[in-house]
Amino acid sequence: MSRITLSNLAHSYLANPKGDDDFALKEMDHVWDDGGAYALLGASGCGKTTLLNIISGLVRPSQGRVLFGDRDVTDAATTERNIAQVFQFPVVYDTMTVRDNLAFPLRNRGMDAAYIAKRVAQIAQMIGMEDILSKKARGLTADAKQKISLGRGMVREDVNAILFDEPLTVIDPHMKWELRTQLKSLHREFGHTMIYVTHDQTEALTFADKVVVMHEGRVVQMGTPEELFETPEHTFVGYFIGSPGMNLFEAEISGSEARLQGVKVALGAAYGPTTGRTQIGIRPEYVTVSDEGMPVTIKRVEDVGRHRILRAELGGQPLNAMLPEGMTIPADGARVAFAPAKINVYANDWRVAPGDVRKGA
Amino acid sequence: MDKTQNNKAWFLVLPVLLLVAFSAVLPLMTVVNYAFNDTFGQNEFFWEGLGWFEEMVTSDRLHDALGRQILFSGIILLIEVPLGIFIALNMPGKGFWGSFCLVLMALPLLIPFNVVGTIWQIFGRVDIGLLGHGLAALGIDYNYTNDPIDAWVTLIVMDVWHWTSLVALLAYAGLQSIPQAYYQAARIDQATRWSVFRYIELPKMKGVLLIAVLLRFMDSFMIYTEPFVLTGGGPGNSTTFLSIDLAKMATGQFDLGPAAAFSLMYFCVILLISWVFYTAMTNLDREENR
Repeated sequence: MSRITLSNLAHSYLANPKGDDDFALKEMDHVWDDGGAYALLGASGCGKTTLLNIISGLVRPSQGRVLFGDRDVTDAATTERNIAQVFQFPVVYDTMTVRDNLAFPLRNRGMDAAYIAKRVAQIAQMIGMEDILSKKARGLTADAKQKISLGRGMVREDVNAILFDEPLTVIDPHMKWELRTQLKSLHREFGHTMIYVTHDQTEALTFADKVVVMHEGRVVQMGTPEELFETPEHTFVGYFIGSPGMNLFEAEISGSEARLQGVKVALGAAYGPTTGRTQIGIRPEYVTVSDEGMPVTIKRVEDVGRHRILRAELGGQPLNAMLPEGMTIPADGARVAFAPAKINVYANDWRVAPGDVRKGA
Repeated sequence: MDKTQNNKAWFLVLPVLLLVAFSAVLPLMTVVNYAFNDTFGQNEFFWEGLGWFEEMVTSDRLHDALGRQILFSGIILLIEVPLGIFIALNMPGKGFWGSFCLVLMALPLLIPFNVVGTIWQIFGRVDIGLLGHGLAALGIDYNYTNDPIDAWVTLIVMDVWHWTSLVALLAYAGLQSIPQAYYQAARIDQATRWSVFRYIELPKMKGVLLIAVLLRFMDSFMIYTEPFVLTGGGPGNSTTFLSIDLAKMATGQFDLGPAAAFSLMYFCVILLISWVFYTAMTNLDREENR
């Protein structure tokens, strides 16, 4: 087990990348702490899997280094890295029994038979397959096969890290929950570094201590679920995390005040002058509907079960707000107010810290 | 929904049935006729019963030919299947060299059988052939027309040259259908090269390999043209395989009765072995789908 450092890392699948667009992964420097549970979150095609494959050594990065602890493993083969990875679709060795499948990584490392038997029994119990250990893997259903893949990923105790590449895609919902809980308890028990790739925010937020959000080949934010929620560093994080995502409005900033289509909105702090496209963002959870404030045009109200969502327009720009239980909406047009401390300011999609000037590129 | 039962559709098979009857079934019946009768020409037949069959079953000549045939098929299968797999494993996967290799591999398969025989017949000649002359120049005593061992070696090398490509191409097709994720998982699991072959590649190639073995077995068991052109069954009878012996008996000695009995048994053996293969293959499929 060791800390994983990505230094100056970038990757392009082309032989001679020209511009920024040719890179599947843009240059990045990141440290993944030993024993951390990370979720790598982002839309499809944003470079999550590429990053994972670089860490496991299946892909060699076009530039930069990968370090495990203090050891440079950039040029080390996958087999030397002692890392476990579970893929999106099940990979089992068809001709082997479930038992042999689980034992395979241990046998390849030359462990002794008694230890293998003990370890396989533990893992089998965890994935609930003790009764079919002697069955051939070939005839099993897709989710049973994926459980074997997961089991194979976790059977080695001395791995540097366990990487999960959207492992629960083919598993049915109730089993998904159960397996995720087991992964979590496994993490607490053994303290392996775990990196879990997903495009499902619930999965990411429930699994990880730290969530890494990727967008177009870039890590846009690495933080706790709370940080991602309260202070998204990039408008993509605001939009991707939360349901519905953050409201964004074109605005002009002067001091501690934002002007949105002539309406003044108070901000929680004073900001320096911004350049480029300026927006303010506020979570629907922090928009209150009341008799005072800015007038909005109501489009519709959606009942999503636990709460209702107001879909409206503010100065021609869409706005979502959470409605408290039992609240009625005035027929003659509602008004909304923003919680000043919860407003974030963005210049060219990147968050501007109060009192700071972030120049747009 | 109930399916409409209409067995009139069977009549659609009739044209093919007629065609096959005239091209295959009727000639075969003539053979059957000859196998149970004796004749001195002029379309006059005398009932012989199982006489020809008894004669053939106990004939040393046939036993020897069968022995040589089994040895030949066995040897070429033992060489071509592993060699074909080995070549397929080492072929470049994609790009220019991949296509180049595929074309190169397909070339021997496109050459007509008697041309292959002629090529090797000349290639192996000690006076003008590149191989024969070259070996002689190296001081190796090689002459496929005199020495039975040399004749066998030449025949086997020729067959390997001609047909290994088929096994290689089939194995290659099997290998190409393996998703990349399997290889990645094997690397993650720290599998050795042998384990990758044993647990990933071989199981995925099993289906096509079985077809390759079946095709190569049937073809080699019926082999006629190439050895006939190359050695004519000689020296002596050392490369007289079943079909060569059969042709000698039927068209050389004009022993139509024994030859007919012989060919019927020959036919049954091939049918039987093909059936065994077919059953094995379908059983395998069923097991896989279970």
